[in-house]
Amino acid sequence: MVHFFTQTNLGIVLMILGECLLVLVPLLVALAFLMYADRKIWAAVQMRRGPNVVGVFGLLQSFADFLKYIVKEIVVPAGADKAVFFLAPMISFVLAVIAWAVIPFSAGWQVANINVAILYIFAVSSLEVYGVIMGGWASNSKYPFLGSLRSAAQMISYEVSLGLIIIGVIISTGSMNFGDIVAAQKGNWGLFNWYWLPHFPMVFLFFISALAETNRPPFDLPEAESELVAGYQVEYSSTPFLLFMIGELMAVVLMCALVSLLFLGGWLSPIPGLPDGVLWMVLKMAFAFFIFSMVKAITPRYRYDQLMRLGWKVFLPMSLAWVVLVAFLAKFEVLGGFWARWAMGG
Amino acid sequence: MTVVLFTFYAFAVSTLLGGLMTVISRNPVHSVLWLILSFLSAAGLFVLLGAEFVAMLLMIVYVGAVAVLFLFVVMMLDVDFAELKAEMSKYMPLALLIGVIILMQLALALGVWGFSDGYQGRILAPVGTATNTAALGMLIYDKYLILFQLAGLILLVAMIGAIVLTLRHRVDIKRQSPVAQMMRDPALAMELKDVKPGQGL
Repeated sequence: MVHFFTQTNLGIVLMILGECLLVLVPLLVALAFLMYADRKIWAAVQMRRGPNVVGVFGLLQSFADFLKYIVKEIVVPAGADKAVFFLAPMISFVLAVIAWAVIPFSAGWQVANINVAILYIFAVSSLEVYGVIMGGWASNSKYPFLGSLRSAAQMISYEVSLGLIIIGVIISTGSMNFGDIVAAQKGNWGLFNWYWLPHFPMVFLFFISALAETNRPPFDLPEAESELVAGYQVEYSSTPFLLFMIGELMAVVLMCALVSLLFLGGWLSPIPGLPDGVLWMVLKMAFAFFIFSMVKAITPRYRYDQLMRLGWKVFLPMSLAWVVLVAFLAKFEVLGGFWARWAMGG
Repeated sequence: MTVVLFTFYAFAVSTLLGGLMTVISRNPVHSVLWLILSFLSAAGLFVLLGAEFVAMLLMIVYVGAVAVLFLFVVMMLDVDFAELKAEMSKYMPLALLIGVIILMQLALALGVWGFSDGYQGRILAPVGTATNTAALGMLIYDKYLILFQLAGLILLVAMIGAIVLTLRHRVDIKRQSPVAQMMRDPALAMELKDVKPGQGL
């Protein structure tokens, strides 16, 4: 049996498929409840009730929405480029899913343990812009096109500072493997060993850039309902729209996972002595998502020039300076290797 | 057929198909999309070779940045295809001639090309057990540091040059001044009036 799953081609393929399903199914179910949580938190801040009809406390609302999306009619605009029109939502969805291949949920709990995991995540998230551009262009309509241009420019701008912030973490660890990054944050001081402390200002920059990168409020200009109707998704209906929605939400949850892996110690326990495990990872991701929802509820939308100014004139210089500073602090092992975990000796 | 071989042929076929379709598709946007497929498949081939760092760089730099620019330009430009077609048929004989000449040159060069004696001794030894990211880092930042920095300097000069060439100060557009906007004082910007019912201001 073990021989079949580890030695034969068919066995290995079945094994990998099983692993993928093991990540994908809980993720999609969790997404349904996260969407519900998002709406409930938003409603609570505005002193509304939020979804409360389908199921107990409205818990099944997302599933009802899902059913509604897939049974509706797919409308294709007359002048649309059909192939690209349908390719765009699929690309968004697939890219959002394949990024999860390298995300570990606990020590060794990941589909692919590769050495360039962070670069892979970065590559996939830089591809995500294609779903948006293709969707906007293929719709052959002005609003989606304007929306997609805005969105693409925004995603490219903030990717730069995201990348630079991640480089700081890589310098501190000396590896691009998530397992090594989390292992480097382990220590006797529990949550004070995690990277949020040595990389303190960058946690906020990373979080804000993540908001912009995933087109979440207050940077949801591509979807700015009041001006652009719904950005690049205007002409989409039914299942293609659902795919875009899932892709976007999954990118948000991916950013939550990244925040917890890079800065909040992944699956490490915050209190020394308690066992590490997948539960901590899930709790940290849920916490990050809660902050994402709160930001959505309490901040007003940025103007487009403010958004671009923030990305290029504030975040980029700050994160660039931080990389230089961290390289210096790591090289000379300041504070006994606070920024250079390989120097701490364990 | 092993899995690796199967994957290799899948990527190879899609690289070539992407390249071919880039050239022959009528719609330039489709061309760019096929080009992206070609880049992605090439990244897959690099992964098969064990050069995962180069593969990821190819994806980030070419697919994530360069091809996005191509796509932007092609989408924004209003290209008249009928005119392009007419131009193309005019220059076809010349293009064919040049193509044939280049092909013959390549055939001549590759026909007589071979390994010199003792080439095996000159191949660099693999860099220990380091991962290829670390190995590349050691080569670029230790052994060839000066060359790398010089290349960076040349790129910096090119970048500054491009900015200088395109920088224009236009006076007829409205500019936002974020500092002035942030420093605005509500007390100076607003005035509260006590409106009596039925009178108005």
